[in-house]
Amino acid sequence: MTETAVTAGAPFTAERRRARHRAAWRRRRLVLMLMSPWIVGFCVFFGYPLVMSVYLSFTHYDLLSSPKWIGWANYKYLFTQDPQVGPAVRNTLWLILIMVPLQVLFAFGVATMVARAKRGVGFFRTVFYLPALAPPVAATMAFVYLLNPATGPVNVILGHLGINGPLWFQSPQWSKPSLTLLSIWGIGNLMIIFLAAILDAPQQLYESAELDGAGPIQRMRWVTLPTISPVILFSVVISVIAAMQYFTQAYVAANIASGQASQAGDQTVNNLGYPEGSTLFYPVLLYQHGFRFFNMGYASALSVLLLIVAFTVTVLIIRNSRRWVHYAGAVK
Amino acid sequence: MRRGVIAAIALAAILAAAAGATARSAAHAGTKADTITVWVGWSARVLAGFKKVVAEYDSKHPDVNVKVVGGINDDKITAAIRSGNVPDVVSSFTSANVGSYCKSGAWVDLKPFLSKDHLDVNVFPKTSQYYTQYNGKRCALPFLADVYGFYYNKKMFQAAGIKSPPKTMSELTADAKKLTKRNQNGSLKVVGYNPFLGFYAGNAPDLSAYAPLFGAKYTDAAGHSALSKDPAWSRLLKWQKNLVDWYGYKNLQKFDAGAADEFSASHAFEIGKVAMMIDGEWRVAFIQAEHPGLAYATAPAPVDDAKKNLYGAGYVNGTIIGIPKGVKHKDQAWALLKYLTFNAHPLAQFSNLIRNVPTTKQSLNSKEIKPDAHFKTFLTIFANPNSKTTPITAAGNAYGTLIQAFAVKWQAGHAGDLHAGLQKLDKQIDAQLKQAQAGGVP
Repeated sequence: MTETAVTAGAPFTAERRRARHRAAWRRRRLVLMLMSPWIVGFCVFFGYPLVMSVYLSFTHYDLLSSPKWIGWANYKYLFTQDPQVGPAVRNTLWLILIMVPLQVLFAFGVATMVARAKRGVGFFRTVFYLPALAPPVAATMAFVYLLNPATGPVNVILGHLGINGPLWFQSPQWSKPSLTLLSIWGIGNLMIIFLAAILDAPQQLYESAELDGAGPIQRMRWVTLPTISPVILFSVVISVIAAMQYFTQAYVAANIASGQASQAGDQTVNNLGYPEGSTLFYPVLLYQHGFRFFNMGYASALSVLLLIVAFTVTVLIIRNSRRWVHYAGAVK
Repeated sequence: MRRGVIAAIALAAILAAAAGATARSAAHAGTKADTITVWVGWSARVLAGFKKVVAEYDSKHPDVNVKVVGGINDDKITAAIRSGNVPDVVSSFTSANVGSYCKSGAWVDLKPFLSKDHLDVNVFPKTSQYYTQYNGKRCALPFLADVYGFYYNKKMFQAAGIKSPPKTMSELTADAKKLTKRNQNGSLKVVGYNPFLGFYAGNAPDLSAYAPLFGAKYTDAAGHSALSKDPAWSRLLKWQKNLVDWYGYKNLQKFDAGAADEFSASHAFEIGKVAMMIDGEWRVAFIQAEHPGLAYATAPAPVDDAKKNLYGAGYVNGTIIGIPKGVKHKDQAWALLKYLTFNAHPLAQFSNLIRNVPTTKQSLNSKEIKPDAHFKTFLTIFANPNSKTTPITAAGNAYGTLIQAFAVKWQAGHAGDLHAGLQKLDKQIDAQLKQAQAGGVP
């Protein structure tokens, strides 16, 4: 009897297993199908270029003839001989250490003020967000015009106040601060993220803190900052990555401020980094080698290094963040 | 017999004429004329001028329709060659890239075409021959040149009591000081001669426009960078820095920032804010169009006091034109290229339209060139054997970027010892060239 039951049950169980297997495969297929646009995009626009960049970094490749394997020669030149790498790295570090903290602080400050506004909330949100909608090229052109040392309205007004305005984009000392002003002006996106996080902070925490006698600064320190700490981490990470990829504004500002923008088609004219190499950021150097000098093998080596550094810095920030980022509902 | 031969010849002639007529009428009737595409960098007014030149060729050659596409730069050319979808003829303003085009074969070797048609490139001055080849491989031809000369404001000269344009750098310096006017606060109102690197094309920060005026050599016999070995570079940089310091570095910076774009109608020379300048021949056309009443004259640029024999020479560069790899209508492309570059008529015609220098020796003396005393100066400079261009290398003009980085630091007073700086620069340029030539790996 038992034997009969076993023999009768075996095909039944196998059938169910097969059905389950088929259902699972169908589910997987559906998931794959739904994800396929992303998978294809990832492979074509990220995976393949990444693999190719690593390969090309070991070659001499002028875009026009086949890549030629040269081993570590590009990296050797990059680390030991290229005189422009040092200044480009220093300029980029300046952005990370000065521009990024200022961007984050300013975005947070504006978001805090807008969150507290009693009237005209919609107006202020729009006003502070609006610059983020301006295309970077147009915004940079406007800033170079506004900050023209001789004819720009900013220096004209400063002149009326008896202040001899700086040379802004024309001065190696002021070119990066000028770009920083431009980036602070355009913090709309970061501001909106901070604003959403601040408005999302649980009110009962503020009420409890207030009952415990906490003042505005203490509430900020012990309630707001811990609550929005994941958003601060996110902002810092994306801002640092953006600083390492900073290109458009530097490219446009250098071309216009040097007074030779109309010659942009003539690639003999090299304004990149103007003035005195002070806006030669790492991505600008990369572009220069890849597309101005047909030295794509070396540009690939530069980009691989950038990827490694960006990845390492991001990992370091995230690891370090465990000490100061608090996730709601997280179990320690 | 004799009558038979005559009849046969007559019949053959009639048949040949009939065949010719049929072919012509077929072509005229539009039976499949090949469309060839030409890519050029020009736009707007200049592009319209080029289209006129090509239209004449088009009308004389019913077997082809020529389509001109303007606003092209080297990025687009490279992308097209890489994709395999190329135009039939390409041109570039960046002659420095000829090294990459020739070395890689991206622009086809023109030697077989030249040999087949028994054409000699010696019809072009040596400088133009040089910037259209790389290591002896000719993949491009010159199509109008840019030549740098000296412009001066006659009214200002008269007011300052200056009788003739300067011929040496010390004369230029003295005249510049006489012609300069300052505002009460010390800022610059009128600049006699603006030596600030980066101020307009005549002060290209890579020093390219000044090098031929000092006879400065870029490389030694072994092909190594020789900026520290040739004392001409030190003389050039010291002269330039002394004049910058006389004006005041910050004063010039501020003056430059307030000066209008060099290709606008408010160009500082054209509106009388600068009394003298080095610039390309194209300025003649700009002044004619924008400020025809400006009292000015042109001359060869002043030269190093130690090399007065160089007077009459200048910096030369120009548009290069060639046939890209993978072209569909190679023979038609070559026929058009040959017409545009070797034939004095289109060169003179286009030169008249855009006032660039025609590139064959014959076209320089063409009766078709519209007489213009201002422009004539540049034709003479172009033909001068001491006129020079910048070196053509495998790294394009990358070495210029290093020279520029050093020179702008030097003029700002941040470069320290000049000779030591130039020695370091030589090493950097040599390393860069080695890297550009496959990292030195054979």
